[in-house]
Amino acid sequence: MSTEKPRPTFQMDGHDVPFDEGQSILAAALAAGRYVPYLCYHPEFQPHGSCKVCTVKINGRTHASCTTPAHEGDVVESNVDELNDMRKGLVQFLFTEGNHFCPSCEASGNCTLQAVGYDLGMTSAHYSPLFPDRPLDASHPEVLLDFNRCILCELCVRASALVDKKSVFSLAGRGIQKHLVVNAESGKLADTELSVDDKAMSVCPVGVILRKRRGFQVPIGERKYDEHPIREVAVQKQKGE
Amino acid sequence: MSPDVKEVKKKLRVATTSLAGCFGCHMSLLDIDERLVPLLDLIELDSSPLTDIKHCGPCDLGLIEGGLCNAENVHKLREFRAHCKILVAVGACAINGGLPAQRNHLDIRECLQTVYLTGLGVERGFIPNDPELPLPLKQVHPLHDVVKIDYFLPGCPPSADAIWQFLTDLIAGRTPKLGHGLIHYD
Amino acid sequence: MTLDPSAIVARHHGDASRLVQILHDVMAVEGHVAPPVITALARALGLPRGQVEGVVEFYSFFSSEPRGRFRVLFSDNITDEMAGSHELRKHMLDSFRLQPGEVSRDGLVSIGTTSCTGLCDQGPAMLVNDRAIPRLTPARIGAITSLIRGDVPVDRWPDNLFPIASHVERRDLLLSTELSPGAAIDAAIARGAAATIEEITRSGLRGRGGAGFSTGTKWAACASAPGPERYIVCNADEGEPGTFKDRELLAAHADLLFEGMTVAGFAVGASKGILYLRAEYPFLVEPLLATLEARRRAGLLGERVRDAFAFDIELHVGAGAYVCGEESALIESLEGKRGIPRNRPPYPVTHGYLQKPTVVNNVETLVAAALVATHGAGFLRAVGTPKSSGTKILSVSGDVARPGIYEYPFGVSVQQVLDDAGAVDTQAVQVGGPSGMLLSASELHRRIAFEDVPSAGAFMVFDGSRDMLAVVENFTRFFAHESCGFCTPCRVGTTLSAQMMKRVVSGTGSRRDVKDLAKVSNLMRATSHCGLGTTAGNPVLDALAKFRPSFDKRLRSLEVLPTFDLDEALAPAREATARDDEGAHFTNQTSQAEKP
Repeated sequence: MSTEKPRPTFQMDGHDVPFDEGQSILAAALAAGRYVPYLCYHPEFQPHGSCKVCTVKINGRTHASCTTPAHEGDVVESNVDELNDMRKGLVQFLFTEGNHFCPSCEASGNCTLQAVGYDLGMTSAHYSPLFPDRPLDASHPEVLLDFNRCILCELCVRASALVDKKSVFSLAGRGIQKHLVVNAESGKLADTELSVDDKAMSVCPVGVILRKRRGFQVPIGERKYDEHPIREVAVQKQKGE
Repeated sequence: MSPDVKEVKKKLRVATTSLAGCFGCHMSLLDIDERLVPLLDLIELDSSPLTDIKHCGPCDLGLIEGGLCNAENVHKLREFRAHCKILVAVGACAINGGLPAQRNHLDIRECLQTVYLTGLGVERGFIPNDPELPLPLKQVHPLHDVVKIDYFLPGCPPSADAIWQFLTDLIAGRTPKLGHGLIHYD
Repeated sequence: MTLDPSAIVARHHGDASRLVQILHDVMAVEGHVAPPVITALARALGLPRGQVEGVVEFYSFFSSEPRGRFRVLFSDNITDEMAGSHELRKHMLDSFRLQPGEVSRDGLVSIGTTSCTGLCDQGPAMLVNDRAIPRLTPARIGAITSLIRGDVPVDRWPDNLFPIASHVERRDLLLSTELSPGAAIDAAIARGAAATIEEITRSGLRGRGGAGFSTGTKWAACASAPGPERYIVCNADEGEPGTFKDRELLAAHADLLFEGMTVAGFAVGASKGILYLRAEYPFLVEPLLATLEARRRAGLLGERVRDAFAFDIELHVGAGAYVCGEESALIESLEGKRGIPRNRPPYPVTHGYLQKPTVVNNVETLVAAALVATHGAGFLRAVGTPKSSGTKILSVSGDVARPGIYEYPFGVSVQQVLDDAGAVDTQAVQVGGPSGMLLSASELHRRIAFEDVPSAGAFMVFDGSRDMLAVVENFTRFFAHESCGFCTPCRVGTTLSAQMMKRVVSGTGSRRDVKDLAKVSNLMRATSHCGLGTTAGNPVLDALAKFRPSFDKRLRSLEVLPTFDLDEALAPAREATARDDEGAHFTNQTSQAEKP
């Protein structure tokens, strides 16, 4: 043990962050207790880097920290005004793009998008909302899909394909028309193989995939991000595992 | 809890209104409870549901809850913008349309027809067309779609503590900042 | 002809990576890919249905809903617009009494737009059932309208509608050097693989698709990547609006291109090449296949090329997605998927097509490589600048007397090109297309070179009569249409930019819009996933820096104007209530604020 080489490190906001070979900047930072806001990242899946909220500056250039491997001696800026403004801008884009009516959402209080918005001090979406028309899918007896809140992170797509081996979810369309679809000719969730025990049921960071008859069970004040901001929750979770 | 207000001499003139809202934000303002007393040492109310003054005069601060659902909402918003130095969108509906905006994927013509003509239990119905009535907009919009908004105070409603923090910051000349527990979208 | 999905899949050996080609075959029979067909294809290919649906809905040239038996798509590039395409399209829509994109009730015809079709030197242009028609005039539109009314199949339309002209106005190294088929291959064999790569590196050849990466370095990295299988991919997905130089190279110099691909195959040790041709160039498919066949017969492709190595080339047709010009998105498309750019590293040179080491080069790059292989590094080094050796082929269009193809040594000034093409009163030049650089009249001394003004080949000229904001608005619309939607900044940013530019151009924009345009553009530049997003804000930022008065002229004094038309927003309720009184409108006191 004493002969072990010390782990290589990079610098983030003036602090040394150790990492393992091949580890991403984001994963290493979280493991070291340094929070970087993110939405589409999930420690159990290959990062795919679509939300861009975890953007940091590495040696002066912006990169998504979830998909960028750490290198010895990298100088990383993260918790600085310039980057937090960019992240806020991206979260505002997501609020502008979808229909995010938090007061009537069952995921409110447990929602990553919302919690990241709080953390970044976002008080409005700033832009003119797009108000897309995205009908609900209530066909499944146990599960409700509310596409209005989808941020296209593909976590359910990845979980269903890689863990559940069912590919219940896919993405279709392009650009602002891109949307989540389910694996059925009818386009209805009831006609897919989804079951409530699937991994895909538990990875949605917002309020798209919902168990029916389970809404609002946790009282306001006791929800995931009521007591502690995501900045603390995300890092504790990493440490606990 | 007492704000740093020693420097404030003249009372701030404040107007409030509820557009396409539920008055919940106003209720939350009243929920600051005993802090209303020191607040009233600092502000005086102009046009507001609390004063029943119908039109807004020159004001330092305008607080608007509710989004824009109809023509009258737009006129009222513009009146506030014209008279208030600082305009604040208060609550979810003012900020993103909120609950009323969940009609935005429906055709307003069909809504009116369903409610006044074809809906269950409607007999000899007609769509109200009195010129006194404001016409609904095709979609419900947040305030910043029509005028410049200086500050946003989110929440459904924003908590009394958030409102207090926001107002005392503003009155003391600080940029309002809501930390954890005070910033809420629900 | 009736559709048999399983027969089509069988024709492609049940190979799921051929999904895009399979969908082309389905479209050719039925004009759309209906939901049951998607199900059948998914089953036959062993793919999740949602994945097939995702691919169908990703590409502009595919549709899951029926479109007209005649699918008319007007090219929507700014040069088409300047040549009158909007008026022609409106005329055609009116004569069929259709809205844009709507299918006529009898299912006969639908009329819409598509991104630049690469016929900017002979626009306005359109595609009808994926066949290109250039040089549209009211008379030609009249003829086309009659043919559609008469339900005459496009195959039987008069020949004079279709010819694509070749306007080569200036030839230099690439366009004037004749090479007998096989000469470059023989030279490469004689020199040896490693030495050939060395020669390419020494020539200073850099990628002509815009990024300017060293071709020799790319080949060397692929050659040394582990694994037995490698691929050479030619990127002929010439989607940058205003670019049509590859069209000319593919039409008139295909032998040289295939020679270059074969040399690359020999040099890096690849036995398979793929030409990814954009779907907007269907007229090139037959001639290219014929050239490939002739080369096979001549022993220049196949199992034993010059008795030295195996190499063959396959043609793959894209399906209308600009993002597939990005090399990793192109590879995804080749694998039958949605064209989403991959995360890098790893790069295609180590993990490309089917995760195998892959070289992706532009058409022009491979043509130049063939000449370097034959004549040596000095051939390219002798012209151009120290940092940009060789020549650049420009696609010149817009307000010039002689639009067409111009090949120059790198380092040529923008003014020289304008003079040669017969441009007068030039207000601006968009070099490199919407993602490139917008130059104002004070910058015409600048030079086309990687170290000054790099260019993928587009060179669009705007004279003093043009509204530069309308030009930029067209570009923002293009990016919004072509964003793949993978990453947040590009997906949302391109749409917001297009909306704000539309407001500014129509006179309903505000100072907030102008501020936000800069903010959104910078956010896209800093955080987007690929080059599409990082460059999508370029025209806006360039215009803000160089044509600021044009913006200010359009703005009212107010900081913020409504983002939507207030009076129009009351229209449905007016209709439902049959009201038309003063209170049913936004007029009078609000009019200064709302009307331009």
